[in-house]
Amino acid sequence: MLVSNLELVPGRRIVSHFGIVQGSTVRAKHVGKDIFAGLKNIVGGELKGYTELMQEARHEAVERMIAEAQSMGANAILNVRFATTSIAAGAAEILAYGSAVQLDGN
Amino acid sequence: MLDLIEFGIFIVLLIVGFFAGTIVEKRHYASIRQRERQYADVLAFSVRFPPDRVTPQRAFLVHGTVVISSDYFKTFVAGLRNLFGGRVRTYETLMERARREALLRLKHDARRQGAKLVICVRFETTTISTGYAASIEVFAYGTALIPDRESAIAFGARSGVAA
Repeated sequence: MLVSNLELVPGRRIVSHFGIVQGSTVRAKHVGKDIFAGLKNIVGGELKGYTELMQEARHEAVERMIAEAQSMGANAILNVRFATTSIAAGAAEILAYGSAVQLDGN
Repeated sequence: MLDLIEFGIFIVLLIVGFFAGTIVEKRHYASIRQRERQYADVLAFSVRFPPDRVTPQRAFLVHGTVVISSDYFKTFVAGLRNLFGGRVRTYETLMERARREALLRLKHDARRQGAKLVICVRFETTTISTGYAASIEVFAYGTALIPDRESAIAFGARSGVAA
């Protein structure tokens, strides 16, 4: 599965469009990580626990989007975009969406 | 008496925040500058289309993310700024560090997978928390391109251009 935020792939032709596909996940903060983050807020710097949390969440959103595209029979997702929304204090939704297409060749 | 203790804690946090925060920021900037030189050969652009649309290339998504927190002193100064308005320098450096760090991680991701060109780079910023626990996330993503040797040669043969 080719995933890209371009509108075209150099040297490849789009054979058919399957429409929009998306994947999303809602994540909450971890209490333990939150206490550590509270201490970090005094001295500043990177909150590694949260960086990992966001990375995992994005990975999951992309995986879900890919699963949807695969079920349609697409071999690529183009024009991928990401969006993040905080739903409540401590919970956020991460969304990945794009256009499922069929590219020529392999 | 209780008020005095509270005020004392506040002053201590402010001082700790100022010194620790300054050290953390200086170290981060030094690390950013060093890695920016290291990754100077990986090019990142925000253009939407590849410079060469015809030659087959391998394309895939690369990204970099960082969650960064303000320190107690920075947050306090920003709070004061809220009264009079104007530039909040302490937050400007925070955002700049986060953006440069996210871009560096994107470049790291690209190089790790053998790419030296990333186009269509986009930034996304999220507020993780506000108030005295102010922290933000910057997420950078783009498409890495690798000239596909085999298909480039095949394409060259097909179109009569020497690959």
